[in-house]
Amino acid sequence: MRVVGKPLPKVDAAAKVTGRALYADDIALPRTLHCKILRSPHPHARILSIDTAAAKRIPGVLAVITGLDLPIKFGILPVTQDERALEHEKVRYVGDPIAAVAATEEEIAAAACDAIEVEYEVLEPVMSIEAALQTPKDERIQDYGGPNNVHKLVALEFGDVEGGFSRADHVREDVFFFQGNTHLPMEQHSAIATYVDGKVTLWSSTQVVHYVHRALSKVLELPMHRIRVIGAAHGGGFGGKTDPFAHEIIVSKLAMITGRPVKCTLTREEVFYAHRGRHPVLMWVRTGVTRDGRITAMHFRSALDGGAYGSYGVASTFYTGALQTVTYDIPAYRFEGCRVFTNKPPCGPKRGHGTPQPRFALELHLEKIAHDIGLDPVELKRRNFVQPNTRTVNWLRVTSCGLEECTDRVINASRFHDRERRPGHGMGFAISSYLSGAGTAIYWNDMPHSEVQIKVDRGGVTAYCGAMEIGQGSDSVLATIVAEELGLQPSDIRLVTADTDTTPIDLGSYSSRVTFMAGNAALEAARKMRALLVEAVEASGRRIDDVTFEEASMLAEARFGTLTTAGSYTPPKIAGPYKGSGVGPSPAYSYSACVVDVDADARTGLIRVNKVWIAHDVGRAINPLLVEGQVEGSVYMGLGEALMEEQAFRKGLHKWPSMLEYKSPTFLDMPEIETFIVETIDPEGPYGAKEAGQGPLLPVPPAVCAAVHDALGVWIDEIPVTPEKVVEAVRRKEKGEPARYGPQRFPPIPYPPTIKVEPPPKDAAITAI
Amino acid sequence: MAAELGPRAMFVAGGTDLFPKLKRRQFEVDSLIGLDFLPRAIRNRSDECVIDAGVTLAHASHDPHLNERFSGYAQAAGHVSSPPLRNAGTIGGNLCVDTRCNYYDMTYEWRKAAGFCLKKDGDICLVAPSSPRCWAVSSSDTAPMAIALDGLVTLVGASGERELPVTALYRDDGDRYMAKQPDEVVTCLRLRRSLNTRSAYVKLRRRGSIDFPIAGAAVAVELDGDRVESCRIVLSAVASYPLEAKAAEEFLKGRRLQEDVIREAAEIASKPAKPLDNADLSHFWRKRMVRVVVEQALARVSDQQPGLDG
Repeated sequence: MRVVGKPLPKVDAAAKVTGRALYADDIALPRTLHCKILRSPHPHARILSIDTAAAKRIPGVLAVITGLDLPIKFGILPVTQDERALEHEKVRYVGDPIAAVAATEEEIAAAACDAIEVEYEVLEPVMSIEAALQTPKDERIQDYGGPNNVHKLVALEFGDVEGGFSRADHVREDVFFFQGNTHLPMEQHSAIATYVDGKVTLWSSTQVVHYVHRALSKVLELPMHRIRVIGAAHGGGFGGKTDPFAHEIIVSKLAMITGRPVKCTLTREEVFYAHRGRHPVLMWVRTGVTRDGRITAMHFRSALDGGAYGSYGVASTFYTGALQTVTYDIPAYRFEGCRVFTNKPPCGPKRGHGTPQPRFALELHLEKIAHDIGLDPVELKRRNFVQPNTRTVNWLRVTSCGLEECTDRVINASRFHDRERRPGHGMGFAISSYLSGAGTAIYWNDMPHSEVQIKVDRGGVTAYCGAMEIGQGSDSVLATIVAEELGLQPSDIRLVTADTDTTPIDLGSYSSRVTFMAGNAALEAARKMRALLVEAVEASGRRIDDVTFEEASMLAEARFGTLTTAGSYTPPKIAGPYKGSGVGPSPAYSYSACVVDVDADARTGLIRVNKVWIAHDVGRAINPLLVEGQVEGSVYMGLGEALMEEQAFRKGLHKWPSMLEYKSPTFLDMPEIETFIVETIDPEGPYGAKEAGQGPLLPVPPAVCAAVHDALGVWIDEIPVTPEKVVEAVRRKEKGEPARYGPQRFPPIPYPPTIKVEPPPKDAAITAI
Repeated sequence: MAAELGPRAMFVAGGTDLFPKLKRRQFEVDSLIGLDFLPRAIRNRSDECVIDAGVTLAHASHDPHLNERFSGYAQAAGHVSSPPLRNAGTIGGNLCVDTRCNYYDMTYEWRKAAGFCLKKDGDICLVAPSSPRCWAVSSSDTAPMAIALDGLVTLVGASGERELPVTALYRDDGDRYMAKQPDEVVTCLRLRRSLNTRSAYVKLRRRGSIDFPIAGAAVAVELDGDRVESCRIVLSAVASYPLEAKAAEEFLKGRRLQEDVIREAAEIASKPAKPLDNADLSHFWRKRMVRVVVEQALARVSDQQPGLDG
């Protein structure tokens, strides 16, 4: 292949590093008004009155709106339409939007927000999972779900779990906690809207132009064809820009009211409130193994602290139980999940969506089982590795799988089994898997998930696709695939992306779906175009290899008229026959394995990560440079979550909504990373490619904890591993108490009766069902 | 000019702390008086070193004479914040840097939601509500070291020029933490050389790349043979001012800097430190770590062992 597999620079790299890319906040249209949003100072309160009169009188203020102007509820999932752009009845977290101002200057808008009088009836806030399970003192946060502040309950059983436990030689139970954390993108959310000729145009820093388009249509009560959403150049999302957001709706409404462009760029503090980040999850897991370490049954329980609104929460809840089986062959599996509402910014999808927490629990739990039965943890895990071309007990279809090779690469490179033994030094190993795109759309429909059109015109090639470049390299992947098929270079391809007026749909940059789905759509469109070119050239009596692309395109245009082709991708229908089976299926799974090397100081509890080895089965690296970038970025984020990041609250308020106080590693804090790209050539991915953007984060936190145990002999069963926790665990160890820091118990949860699902037959087809 | 404008004006040197605080409305002033016109040189003399207040932290940390003669000071300057901010931030600015508290270093909107505190716009301390004073934390890395080295600062104001020991710049009050007059500017720092002085600064923070101190030890020791003739131990970030551990200094006099002595001195030094729950990580842990940073600083002056921050 000419360009696939080559470490070429990103097609948009120069524009981004030289500041020429146009981010939403850079867009400065004539007469733009600035918008500021008044947010709740209370975690939980009823709104008795809102008086905007004084704010409206401030010179320079052109409009002040409240929830009465935008009363229609929206939300990313059809089942949880529970958000308002502005709340006029009740606020549910500090930061909940109440009113918005459009003014000629940002400072005037801020002063006007300060001048709005809101009368509250303050309610008792609910700030923890435990509290949410109790009867609320005042009232429930949301008026759906239940009992109490429970949002969602799930109980599924696959195969004979009791029988599996009774066959086990050893059964172990553990409780883990993974603290919530946020995405921390470099670019704050920003949106600017115009209203011209009865049509709203919104430029936004979003990962999901299509879902924003739908939400705007619903709340603004305009048909979709009168709304255009354009994804501006993007400064990072990581899942934090995957919901439709209040500010996107607000600027559109204010543009409609004032007839002028209206812009809103969130402050860094507001980004912490917009959130939709990693759910704090409390987990209980019980696993039975035979004497030689084969898993006989597993029972997994999760309790997610969802924050104040639904967001992706129902999907997140299922995800905490879905992918355990995709790495280990678990013959009988029971999952009980619960999500609760609390008075905090809503949680949602962050890199790995709902799966890093159970991955952390599962990997450490198996590590402990290996210690119990005197087996090397790597060996125990290996004995249970899932095999390629199988179906899991919960009906997930596994095709290409590079777990063995990933494991070999990192174990050998790190010399894991002959690691240096000195006090405070340790290594830890963990594996993981992730989806290459969710197999189902967010709202039920049978249409393709991604579509690409190609236009060839006087020798120039333009590819149109709804896919949103968010820094992950989706534009480069599209350009590379089209270039490969047409015999060009990626830089020869013009791209028009993420614009609901001019590009065909792509569902968005989430669930690691773009390379796989938009890539397949691009491949189909490009192959059709190539066929037209070949036909035209051959009709002229020449061969395609003997003419330039320009000549070929002129021959084809002369023969066929306007040259356009299209391709689309719809994932195979592979979900299992049970309710809730829509979360988890993917046309392919990526696999990762990693080893982390640390020095841990027993006295201070400080941990220094010396090096990380990570291998990632990406199917095929369409651009190895971009894959390495995604892997390294995932390691960075995984280390931050493992060691310091914490969405913490005090007295109902976010404790540190600032980039200095919310600790996340900087460049200077990063250890050396050695990345191995493993290629298994997936049968359905474009050129065999799978995802790389999320999966490599997953093994990092458990590998850090395993390394800390290796170094100090203490288990830290709670993320992040802060020095206080390490010091406390060491103190307990020295006093002869259990050498562990972590949650003591899993609370009683009123799970519904378990839905029993027959596992797939042994010879279940691995193609679509 | 400063005297005329009064509290509606502030001096600005590097601005690395000031500008974010203007944005968060912790500082609300009409005018900033730039100090760029002041000289910015390091003058080495045989018996002393005079550092202009406008010298950047990066410059001070790389200066060969400072590294050789007052290595603790160069270390402290090199541990302030991050490389880009050290290129802008000045040594005078770091001596005067505002005290910190995670109820105070927040936006206007956050502070309004939390209830304003007495350091800005309110009348109670949110860390210690029953206390009549502010408990914001002295967060300068270079001030404790300058005190340990017996440094002198020159202040210039409307009523003239004066020189005073660095320690006299500070008060035990998180709100009004500086003892100088508001219209006075720190123009230079004078460190006096003594042949047998060794110094070291050990800083504790979550990220070695950028964070303010959450505990720190500045140690300067004068040796007579292998015994301590005099010594100063000044702690950072555990009180509203650079906290001198006087009992530990007394204890060390006449003793050899050997392991058990260092351990005991560090134990004594940590006693007066009373961190509160208003900085990163738990105050219990920070309290325990004071002993560790003092031990590491003393060990470093005794035999150049690397400290927490390597």
